[in-house]
Amino acid sequence: MRAPKGIALWVGAASGGVLLVIGIGALLQYLAASAENRPHLLEVVAEGLPAVFFGTAILMAAAGMAASWLFRRHPHAARQLAEQSRSLLAAEKGFRVSTAGAPPLAELAGVINQLADAYHRIEHDLEARSVETRARVEEERDRFAALMSELSQGVVVCNADGRILLYNPRAAALLAPAQAGGQGDYTPLGLGRSVLALLDRNQVAHALDMLQHQIGHVDRPQTRFVAAAANGALLRVQVAPFLGPERRLAGMVFTLDDVGQLMGRESQRLRLLQSLATGVRGPVANLRAATENLASFPDMPADRREQFVGIAAAEARVLTERLNTALLAYADALKGSLTLEDMRAADLLALVQRRVAEALHMPVAIEEADPELWLRVDSYAIAHAMTFLAARLAGDYDLHGFRLRAGGGGSLGEVDLIWTGAIVGSDALSLWEGEPMRVGTEETPLTLRDVLERHGSEAWLQVDKIRQISRFRLLLPRGQAIAPVPLRGAAAESRPEYYDFDLFERIDAAGALAERKLAELSFTVFDTETTGLEPSAGDEIISIGAVRIVNGRVLKGEVFEQLVNPRRNISRESTAVHGIDNKQVAGEPPIEQVLPRFHRFCEDTVLVAHNAAFDMRFLELKEASTGVRFGQPVLDTLLLSAVVHPSIDNHHLDMIAERVGVRVIGRHTALGDALLTADVFLRLVPLLAERGIVTLGQALEASRATYHSRLQY
Amino acid sequence: MSEPRKVLIVDDEPNILMALEFLFKRSGYEVRLARDGGEAMKEAEAWRPDLMLLDIMMPVKNGYEVCQSVRERPDFAGLKIVMLSAKGSEAEINKGLSLGADRYVTKPFSTQELLATIDQLLRPDAAGAR
Repeated sequence: MRAPKGIALWVGAASGGVLLVIGIGALLQYLAASAENRPHLLEVVAEGLPAVFFGTAILMAAAGMAASWLFRRHPHAARQLAEQSRSLLAAEKGFRVSTAGAPPLAELAGVINQLADAYHRIEHDLEARSVETRARVEEERDRFAALMSELSQGVVVCNADGRILLYNPRAAALLAPAQAGGQGDYTPLGLGRSVLALLDRNQVAHALDMLQHQIGHVDRPQTRFVAAAANGALLRVQVAPFLGPERRLAGMVFTLDDVGQLMGRESQRLRLLQSLATGVRGPVANLRAATENLASFPDMPADRREQFVGIAAAEARVLTERLNTALLAYADALKGSLTLEDMRAADLLALVQRRVAEALHMPVAIEEADPELWLRVDSYAIAHAMTFLAARLAGDYDLHGFRLRAGGGGSLGEVDLIWTGAIVGSDALSLWEGEPMRVGTEETPLTLRDVLERHGSEAWLQVDKIRQISRFRLLLPRGQAIAPVPLRGAAAESRPEYYDFDLFERIDAAGALAERKLAELSFTVFDTETTGLEPSAGDEIISIGAVRIVNGRVLKGEVFEQLVNPRRNISRESTAVHGIDNKQVAGEPPIEQVLPRFHRFCEDTVLVAHNAAFDMRFLELKEASTGVRFGQPVLDTLLLSAVVHPSIDNHHLDMIAERVGVRVIGRHTALGDALLTADVFLRLVPLLAERGIVTLGQALEASRATYHSRLQY
Repeated sequence: MSEPRKVLIVDDEPNILMALEFLFKRSGYEVRLARDGGEAMKEAEAWRPDLMLLDIMMPVKNGYEVCQSVRERPDFAGLKIVMLSAKGSEAEINKGLSLGADRYVTKPFSTQELLATIDQLLRPDAAGAR
């Protein structure tokens, strides 16, 4: 900043002032002196005058320079104000510039403070609004997830690369391994995994091809196929695309239905027909030949006649047996139609109760409803039939209300419509059974008889004349109980882990793995428990636990946990560490079965373990016998910790956890340690970033460079 | 020797009527026939049989209705009913027995087993037994 011109003026004026003071002083001295001294005094003044002028000028110049220098060198009030104003932006909200000082500056400071007030108000509003928006988005997501979990169909959504963004619990159940142990070639359903591994790769690829072709030509492109899942279930799969900008394929929605049961019943019916056709042909042929001979040749000898009669009797017996066996074997196939659904009897009664009460404006009570009873019904047809019947009864007789009951044992359930009073003849019921059912304005061409036939069911009137109680009894096929889906409302404690839409943003194909950022890679964090510390001396793995990290989130719902039979003794010392003894692993699969499954679990991820060299050594030694190689990059939390805290020697998992602020729980089970390692790893990632280690390649390089990496097992 | 027991056979199929008539007569029963539900009720009132062999799918009045009508009348309390039907599902059997049949036999059946069932039902000491 330059000194203002005013400074020269001030210096000039000050010099003038000094000279004036000296002049006046000299004049007063002159007036006060005696007459004889005056000429002498004038002489002195005349002699000293140039010196005084020069001295004053020099003095004043020096003062001016000093003032100018001071101005440049030290904060001026205005500059101070500017500084304060600038720090308003960065400092605490309560901070304001000082309003002390010269009036114009004080006024300026006041205006600045007002502006700061307005600025902070706007900032506060914006923040509140963004918090509100975030909360709303979260709530919508959770509501959406809750909705998904209620669906009876399985839903899997993937991005254009086939990476899974979302799945619902039903999909997880449909694609779950057949038994807890699982098969070797089974890949679990998981976020970020490829959808191609779940179903027949070729069929999915074909579906994708079909969709690509349909987009732009068809209004609502979709395709479907029936495929066997890895667990053997037969699934009907419907695939629909969702489109991004410019109608490009952004992802796909798979809906899954288990059609095994339907197909099973269908093929049972077919087999029944076949077995009847082939099983009956032979005996009928024999019977017919024998009886026709008897009829055509009445003169045949007695012994021959006896023979043919014997054949006829025997074949008739065979026919009877075949018929009965076939009908018994396929009894299930004959039951009801495919449109029936399983429903709790109590729910059916509640529905009928509502319908009848609404239609007739009469009290309807539920007398008994077996809570364990499930029925296989067309609930609309049954409710309509019961309402029709009640309306018919109430129309023709003087009734004041109904009661409902559901119960009964065996393979059939009983549903009763009960009333007291009017005794209705069974011929009335026979008549009503054949009428189109009409209730108020609601009419169907169906008759009660049709509804009964559709359910393979029977109905009749039962009358207790003494107590004047009548019941219309309906026998309905029993259904299978459907396990209730646990309630997951919007108030769920934490965000469900069934979806991760952020995966949309990821461009998986781009860049070699080493160039990818740690924050966006998928990891499998694992730990093993072993019989001892020396793999080369025959120690074996007895437990593997693993958890996946996708998009910076530990997926605690998608874990791998398996005990392994080491086929050797577990020493007491090692049992003391992990608590696993010989008895526990006796019934568990050997490493040859477990490792291929674990390999599938790790597919397309970077491995992470604490002191990974130890675990990897065990895995490497099993390459020959299991045929699986873990070729993916491996990160070691021990080494990464050493990178982050180079001055500290102790890199035990517990210690690192404490340093990075992770609570230690569930140690010394493989899964517990894997979960802890995963949490620790996620805390290490930002600490590494502070040191400029952002990509996988950088992390591997830094690990290699640390001292600890030279340790060998 | 005691009075022969009376069996009313109700069916709309002449072939089975002929065979059963022959079978029961030869086994010492007194037999009458009815070709539908209406005829069966008339015959039952007039003749007062000990047992009714009752088909289900018949014109006029089906077997279920005949059974129900019989059971609604106290004067038929001693009449045994054996249903004889080609309907053989669990629901149908359940319905027949619920409406008051003493036995339910599905077609096709063994004639000897049918005879044994009926002998047992009509034995004096089995009176009232279901």
